[in-house]
Amino acid sequence: MDVTALLLSRFQFAFTVSFHIIFPSFTIGLAAWLTVLEALHLATGRPAYRFVFEFWLKIFGIAFGLGVVSGIVMAFEFGTNWSELSRISGPIQGPLLTYETFTAFALEASFFGVLLFGRKRVAPWFYLLSTAMVALGTTLSAFWIMVNNSWMQVPVGYVIENGIFVPSDWAKIIFSPVVWVRFPHMLLASYLTGTFCVAATGAWYLLRGIFGTEARIMLQMGLYLAAVLMPVQLYFGHLTGDYVHDEQPAKFAAIEGRWHDEQPASEVLIAIPDESTETNHYAISVPVLGSLIGSMSFTSREIGLTNFPPQDRPPVLIPFFAFRIMVGCGMIMLMLAWLGTYLCVKGRIEQNRIFLWCTFLSFPLPYAAILTGWFTAEVGRQPWTVYGILRTADAMTPFLTTRAATLSLIVFCTVYTLIFLFGIFYIYALLRAGPAGRLVLPATDATPNRPMSVVKHPAAPHHPTAGE
Amino acid sequence: MMIFWVAVLAISTLLYVLLDGLDLGVGIIFGLTRDEAKRDVMMTAVTPIWDGNETWLIVTGVVLWGAFPLVYATLLSAFYLPLLVMLAGLILRGVAFEFRHKAKRMRWLWDWSFAGGSFVAAFVQGLTVGALVEGLPIANGHYVGGEFGWLSPFSVLCGIGLCIGYMLLGAAWLVCKCEADVREIAYRQMPVLSIALLAFLVVVFVYAVIEHLPVMDRWLERPYLLLFPAVGVAAAITLVSSVRQRRDGPPFLMVVLIFAAAFSTLAISFWPYMIPFAITIEAAAAPHASLAFMFWGAGLFVFPLMLLYTAISYRVFRGKVTGEASAHPYAGRVGSREKEEAQP
Ligand code: HDD
Ligand code: HEM
Ligand code: HEM
Repeated sequence: MDVTALLLSRFQFAFTVSFHIIFPSFTIGLAAWLTVLEALHLATGRPAYRFVFEFWLKIFGIAFGLGVVSGIVMAFEFGTNWSELSRISGPIQGPLLTYETFTAFALEASFFGVLLFGRKRVAPWFYLLSTAMVALGTTLSAFWIMVNNSWMQVPVGYVIENGIFVPSDWAKIIFSPVVWVRFPHMLLASYLTGTFCVAATGAWYLLRGIFGTEARIMLQMGLYLAAVLMPVQLYFGHLTGDYVHDEQPAKFAAIEGRWHDEQPASEVLIAIPDESTETNHYAISVPVLGSLIGSMSFTSREIGLTNFPPQDRPPVLIPFFAFRIMVGCGMIMLMLAWLGTYLCVKGRIEQNRIFLWCTFLSFPLPYAAILTGWFTAEVGRQPWTVYGILRTADAMTPFLTTRAATLSLIVFCTVYTLIFLFGIFYIYALLRAGPAGRLVLPATDATPNRPMSVVKHPAAPHHPTAGE
Repeated sequence: MMIFWVAVLAISTLLYVLLDGLDLGVGIIFGLTRDEAKRDVMMTAVTPIWDGNETWLIVTGVVLWGAFPLVYATLLSAFYLPLLVMLAGLILRGVAFEFRHKAKRMRWLWDWSFAGGSFVAAFVQGLTVGALVEGLPIANGHYVGGEFGWLSPFSVLCGIGLCIGYMLLGAAWLVCKCEADVREIAYRQMPVLSIALLAFLVVVFVYAVIEHLPVMDRWLERPYLLLFPAVGVAAAITLVSSVRQRRDGPPFLMVVLIFAAAFSTLAISFWPYMIPFAITIEAAAAPHASLAFMFWGAGLFVFPLMLLYTAISYRVFRGKVTGEASAHPYAGRVGSREKEEAQP
């Protein structure tokens, strides 16, 4: 077993999947929101909804495209780099991903074309249906992926025959309680990504004093929705923590930075854990709070990392800090959403430039929370790929050479960096141009900044994507 | 149950080859043209469908994983480097659809990545089939070929062959989707491509005889296999005559038939092996519990629905794409729509 090829494979998987998740988390939220917008437009006939829809649709298109191409890599990577995993757990993971592809991608990929190019070719109700189908598709996709990953975190409903994991109870696998806390946590995270990106864009336009009508729709819808979703998300985060506490004590101890058993346990708020001495430096902790968080009791005994032999311990630094970053991002997002909602209701938001700036700058927060959340979950699961039964080292393709793994890592890094930079640049250009920007249309009547007056004449026919 | 999943796998592979084959082919032809307006039209002819087409690759991949995990694990790890190249190619050409018309100064980059990405993806797919036909180095069910076990003159030849085949498919698609210049270019390419494909088939055949590839024995054992090449020949003849008469519809159907015939020939000569002459379908199949779970939902209900969706999206985007309206792809399409409306 070549240790370096293993490290490279892990790094490659982490890199490609982290790159991938950036786009789904945005498109899942955005697709749901687009459906709402289109329905609102059909119901009210208010053109501003339509402008906002068409505008975000273009951005959706780019993000979706990047999600698709980076996702295809994921579907192959299990076989190329983790061939032992795919062989041994294939009977369980394979069917789950088959369901993902079948139910979700069929909906997404087929109706996606209608969504982007079919507005004038289909009836309005069918267009709305296509939008809804794309949204449903992304959601189902997230669901099956979470079932799959939750099975790797807490394997249930299987037996081992000839060294192969054979499913014995699919209901157990799909209705595992772990799925039903992690899937909502992930789904809410995606919706929050959508709301914060939309609200930030609205705030940006208001700061620049353009596209008032559209900007207000974006800002208000974004902030209101976030204000409702954020507390729910924190609740599901708490439930997620509960499952980790019960099922993966080593990960929980790493997250908490707890080296030795404590009773009652204190909660380390912040520190610098040191794996060589098995202690924390510069720790700030609150007594008893650890037991309270872990077991809802003032006296419970909480397990420390030294209970586990070193070869069964996860790395500590990454889960420890990643978790704190995620929670921190969550807290800031909650404050922004509530404060913003308050200001909106009072009608003072547009005068408050400081708050607008904060909202504008807040869009990286949900991404940071999602990535660090996954780092917590996945690095904390180490050294296992399927928790407790298949080690990461045994999951890899046995004959993968360091040379091949290096090459693939370089190729993926180069290609992804290239498309990421351009993708971001084009998305930025679209955002900058705003809802009226004819950026994708070199049409003759294109005006860089549509005068605000057009908004005040809703009668003017306006079809941003069509070739006027 | 197992047979059902073999059938699903066969259908989705064939659909992938036909559908993505046509847009990969268009991508390669795109690379041979310099004219911006023509390039726009070519790309427009596949823009709304490529994403759905590529989905069939993923469908093939996950069905392979779910129903035949051993084959999924063996094949994908054996073809590590070629697959890497193919994925890079698919990524680059995929983003080109989104990026190309947004770029101004960087347009050449996305032109290049669209054509180049299409080419390497097609090449690697041909190479893979070639290496499988020749037989992968496998001992005791484990791949033992090392990093380059798939590389041989024969597999490279098959890579080139599939590029030609896809180009023919792409040209036939352009003929039925486009008008004026682009249609004419495609018509002129078709005879050349057909002859090249024919030459390729002859070379492959001679090679197989000389090297005495195990596949050849299959042909002697199963003479009824000759039926498929016969269908292929008949389709080729029809193809030639419809190209001569400049009839837009038939060529595409005929190329599809040729591909289907070639695919069936291969599939049946592999039977009952999945990785030829090393791993059988029986040995590769997932436990019954997995196959049944997939069957009662995905297989029985969703798979037919997916076929239906594919048909629907092709129906929504039927009709010709015109190039004159504007240099912009969407504008091109809208132009054609207005034309349709103008002459009800
Ligand atoms: C919670 C959400 C989520 C997570 C954790 C993942 N994905 Fe994903 N994936 C999606 C949510 C998603 C999506 C929203 O459904 C995408 C984004 C854009 C798109 O086309 O679909 C997608 C695209 C996408 C595609 C392209 C499909 C197409 O052509 O439409 C593939 C093959 C995968 N994913 C596979 C994976 C694998 C193997 C993952 C495991 C590591 C993974 N994804 C993590
Ligand atoms: C108080 C706030 C939060 C708590 C207590 C919390 C708790 C957790 C825990 C314990 C995990 C690890 C789960 C595992 O190991 O399987 C996790 C994962 C994750 N978190 Fe959070 N979280 C919080 C806020 C957030 C926020 C605000 C977001 C995003 C907007 C977020 C997104 C994620 C994601 C994407 C994952 C990985 C997926 C998963 O494992 O379910 N979290 N969270
Ligand atoms: C989409 C968001 C995800 C992110 C950001 C993420 C992140 C990571 C990271 C950072 C690692 C490296 C851990 C290490 O080696 O120390 C990893 C490994 C891995 N994850 Fe995930 N993960 C995600 C989703 C998934 C999902 C949904 C699955 C399963 C379907 C999955 C399966 C794996 C596997 C197979 C490995 C490699 C083997 C291993 O190290 O355990 N991951 N992931």
